[in-house]
Amino acid sequence: MRITCPLCGERDRREFNVKGAALDRPGEGADQDAWHSYVNLRQNPAGVLAELWYHEMGCGSWLTVTRNTVTHEVLKVELASETTLGGAA
Amino acid sequence: MRISGRGRLAGAKTVNFSFNGRHLMGVEGDTLASALLANDIHLVGRSFKYHRPRGILTAGSEEPNALVTLGQGGQQDPNIRATTQELYEGLEARSQNCWPSVEHDILAVNNLAAPFFGAGFYYKTFMWPAAFWEKLYEPMIRRAAGLGALSGKADADCYEKAFAFCDLLVVGSGPAGLMAALTAGRAGADVLLLEEDSQLGGRLLVEQEEIDGKPAALWLQTALAELQALDNVRLMTRTAVTGAYDQGTYGALERVGHHEMRRYSLKGSHRPRECFWRIAAKHCILAAGAIERPVAFRNNDRPGVMMASAVRAYLNRWGVAPGERVTLFANNDDAHRTARDLVQAGVHLAAVVDSRHDAPDSDLYTVMRGAQVCDTSGGKRLESITVRSVRGEEKIQTDCLAMSGGWNPSVHLTCHLNARPVWRREVLAFVPAAGAVPGMQAVGACNGTFSTQGALNEGAMAADVVLDALGLQRAEAAVPVAQDAPYQIAPLWAVPGKGRAWLDFQNDVTVKDVTQAATENFSSVEHMKRYTTQGMATDQGKNSNVAALAVLADVTGRSIPETGTTTFRPPFVPVSIGAMGAGAVDHGFKPQRFLTSHGASEERGASQLEVGLWYRAAYFPKPGETNWRQSCDREVMWVRRAVGVCDVSTLGKIDIQGPDAAKLLDFVYTNTFSTLKQGRVRYGLMLREDGFVMDDGTCARLGESHYVLTTTTAAAGEVMAHLEFVAQVLRPEWDVRFTSVTEHWAQFAIAGPQSRALLNGLLDAPIDSENWPFMACGEVSVMGVKGRLFRISFSGEEAYELALPADYGDSLFRTLLSRAEAMGGGAYGMEALNVLRIEKGFITHAEINGTVTAHDLGLARMLPKKKDFIGKAMAHRPGLMDADRMQMIGLKPIGAVKELSAGAHLFSPEDPVERVHDQGYVTSVGFSPELGHMIALGFLKRGSKRIGDEIRLVDHMRGIDTLCEVVEPVFYDPEGERTRG
Repeated sequence: MRITCPLCGERDRREFNVKGAALDRPGEGADQDAWHSYVNLRQNPAGVLAELWYHEMGCGSWLTVTRNTVTHEVLKVELASETTLGGAA
Repeated sequence: MRISGRGRLAGAKTVNFSFNGRHLMGVEGDTLASALLANDIHLVGRSFKYHRPRGILTAGSEEPNALVTLGQGGQQDPNIRATTQELYEGLEARSQNCWPSVEHDILAVNNLAAPFFGAGFYYKTFMWPAAFWEKLYEPMIRRAAGLGALSGKADADCYEKAFAFCDLLVVGSGPAGLMAALTAGRAGADVLLLEEDSQLGGRLLVEQEEIDGKPAALWLQTALAELQALDNVRLMTRTAVTGAYDQGTYGALERVGHHEMRRYSLKGSHRPRECFWRIAAKHCILAAGAIERPVAFRNNDRPGVMMASAVRAYLNRWGVAPGERVTLFANNDDAHRTARDLVQAGVHLAAVVDSRHDAPDSDLYTVMRGAQVCDTSGGKRLESITVRSVRGEEKIQTDCLAMSGGWNPSVHLTCHLNARPVWRREVLAFVPAAGAVPGMQAVGACNGTFSTQGALNEGAMAADVVLDALGLQRAEAAVPVAQDAPYQIAPLWAVPGKGRAWLDFQNDVTVKDVTQAATENFSSVEHMKRYTTQGMATDQGKNSNVAALAVLADVTGRSIPETGTTTFRPPFVPVSIGAMGAGAVDHGFKPQRFLTSHGASEERGASQLEVGLWYRAAYFPKPGETNWRQSCDREVMWVRRAVGVCDVSTLGKIDIQGPDAAKLLDFVYTNTFSTLKQGRVRYGLMLREDGFVMDDGTCARLGESHYVLTTTTAAAGEVMAHLEFVAQVLRPEWDVRFTSVTEHWAQFAIAGPQSRALLNGLLDAPIDSENWPFMACGEVSVMGVKGRLFRISFSGEEAYELALPADYGDSLFRTLLSRAEAMGGGAYGMEALNVLRIEKGFITHAEINGTVTAHDLGLARMLPKKKDFIGKAMAHRPGLMDADRMQMIGLKPIGAVKELSAGAHLFSPEDPVERVHDQGYVTSVGFSPELGHMIALGFLKRGSKRIGDEIRLVDHMRGIDTLCEVVEPVFYDPEGERTRG
């Protein structure tokens, strides 16, 4: 599997570590259900999934990788810092 | 038998080798198989189940029968295919799966018991009595099973791994692959062509035909010369592509050293055996060719029965006739080339049997049309065949039968990403599904196009598609002209009749076994495979799969495409684990990280402890000390009474800078760091988002927007990734950066009542308690070298950690030690460090084990209500604050107890020792020389409310069962007066 890091270019997946689904973090004061969902629940879709990958053996960027879990096609790679997953600060 | 003037090895050097101890001669360019056939040796091995005599079937990597063992001891290689093993001077090969010899094999009695050994034999026979399985059946089966044996010794060979990148990967160097490489190469594409064989050319090496009016060999020579002259084309032989993976990644195995005697260089290392390649290719043209398939008929497994294409390969490439009276049995036109070539070479052709009534005529030989071979006879070598036709049955004397049931395209790689091949009725074969692997095109025989002209055309066309995609201009060149005969074939899978007709030669699976599997309702092709073991041998069904499923289709009344194939999985050819794991052996797998103090520690005889990849001194034995406890006790007392020095550089150190550094630390730590004064250190606790404790450590504020934090040794990588995650993903708007500086600083703890005195002879400016109170930090200078000093304590004594750039680590450690030793102290190791921190109830990852909360650790005060932090919401769930949870406690033994153990479980004294009554567990133990008894830390249900209770500590593993008193988890100086000095 190969991932195109926006900073480093196309690299072997061994340079990366996957964290899991890219989810919006609930903001401060969100209810327990929102937190339970964020921490414990995952969709595991047969299809398109956005995930967070860490380019640990490369530039150290956290990336949002959108890929198809059925075809293994990588559809999009973005710097996670340019997406908004952090919820209300 | 070698035919003079035939083949491509004319005039080659003689090569001496041995087989089963017999000295033999071959020539340079031979494979072991061709050399054995040249010496008229057909019996090479024994089959897996019945130990039937087995000869050479094929001339390629699909060989199921001719498996041999090479090498001795740690260099023993079992299951080497004689058909791919190149001959070299001094090669020693031996047969396997036979005893005492391949000629006289005791277990051949299995063959007589064959009626009992049918499909499902194991499942039906070894069912009862149940107790027999472990004691009798399994050991018996294990003894009998297997082909080649492992030496049981560590592999003495070395392996390599390598990476390659290209615009176009061409797999296979037959006419299709060469044409693709030529077309793409001429246009300037970066081409990598891989060939499994030792020679480039594929079938062009073994066929008698013409290209552009010249012998194919001449065209091949010209084509290779052109390719070799192109700088943008890389040609690799002895390299088989083993798998296709996502995004144009391919695995390939290069046999680097199999074709020569192991050579040792001056350094003692030698050329690697194999190299495993990982290739990233923008495009791939698969020109992997096809594999000829056998026909099933009674006793078709005798040595001397070979594939028709292999017979003519041995003849045309190696100049070897595999028999003196050869016969041919086929259902297609292509196989007739074997008859033609044999006659032209002057080999006696005893009969040509074709199952088709409309088989073509020949001027060179007579064809028995509409006839079938229905039996063979002979012992360890074929002696005759029985041919059945409308005229009845007749016996024909022959010592070699060339058979052909048609060709199976090598679709394997196209199926590695889950695609299934498609049945094409005209060629009676499965061909690759279009778009099966993104970026890959199958061409030539592997695409079901069996003429040379078709292969050349498809190779060129596929290359054009690649060039278009790459934006490269195609150089004008015509595709050469070659034979374009249509592929004529009629179905023939198994010749009807009594007796055993083999499908899978290695695993002894017959037509009857497949039929029986269907009868017993294992009618899915995947079930049939597992029930009969068809296709589960080292050839992975390359020879037998399609015929077996054709038989299954017939029995179950389905069509072949309805029946479908089993799943094709990597690797295409067997890959040794050594090659896959190249580089990851011993310290390559687990590198050693040494501290700057390592040398000085070793000189003092320190016992080393592995902490992750780090090696840390466990204790420093003194003369006269007979066990580690004596050293540990002494080192503990040095720290308590005088001064000790310990290397703490393994702790993760992360430098944090930026205007929002304080804000970020407030967010990742539960407690507040924005209020920390410059020049001060604070203890901090980090939670995971689920509310459990992730790590702890100290964080020092060196400047307004400059902090350095420490992590536990084990969690350094995890914390770094976590901080980057929070900063980049959760709070990208904050301006803050991190750098891991763990290796940049050599950091030593100087602990004990004399610690300040020790430092004050060393630091360029002395320190005092007023300017350097507990938890102070700042820049210092040691003999002109700038460093950092932190007044923190993991021992409970007045203590400092002094950090200098790592280059000074060794000399600093030696200087600190000599000063400490002069003051009645010295170095202390991990054992003493552990005792010191347990005495103080300080936690490590023995306690922060992923299941504990801040409440469990008695650190609830560190979870402020006012400020937000990672894990806050989840940490405040009622379940995580439940008073019934296990809480950290101390334990001290009641009475004269010698031993407590980490991992022991805790029970109320009145309860039986059963899992349901489990009250907690012990995480850390040590002997406190100060207190004179063992002490322990652990977790106990409602522990904080049970101080003073008796508890039973049980460790069945180590045979410990003792009563303890539950105490506060701080055993020594609970007020912390000593720390403050």
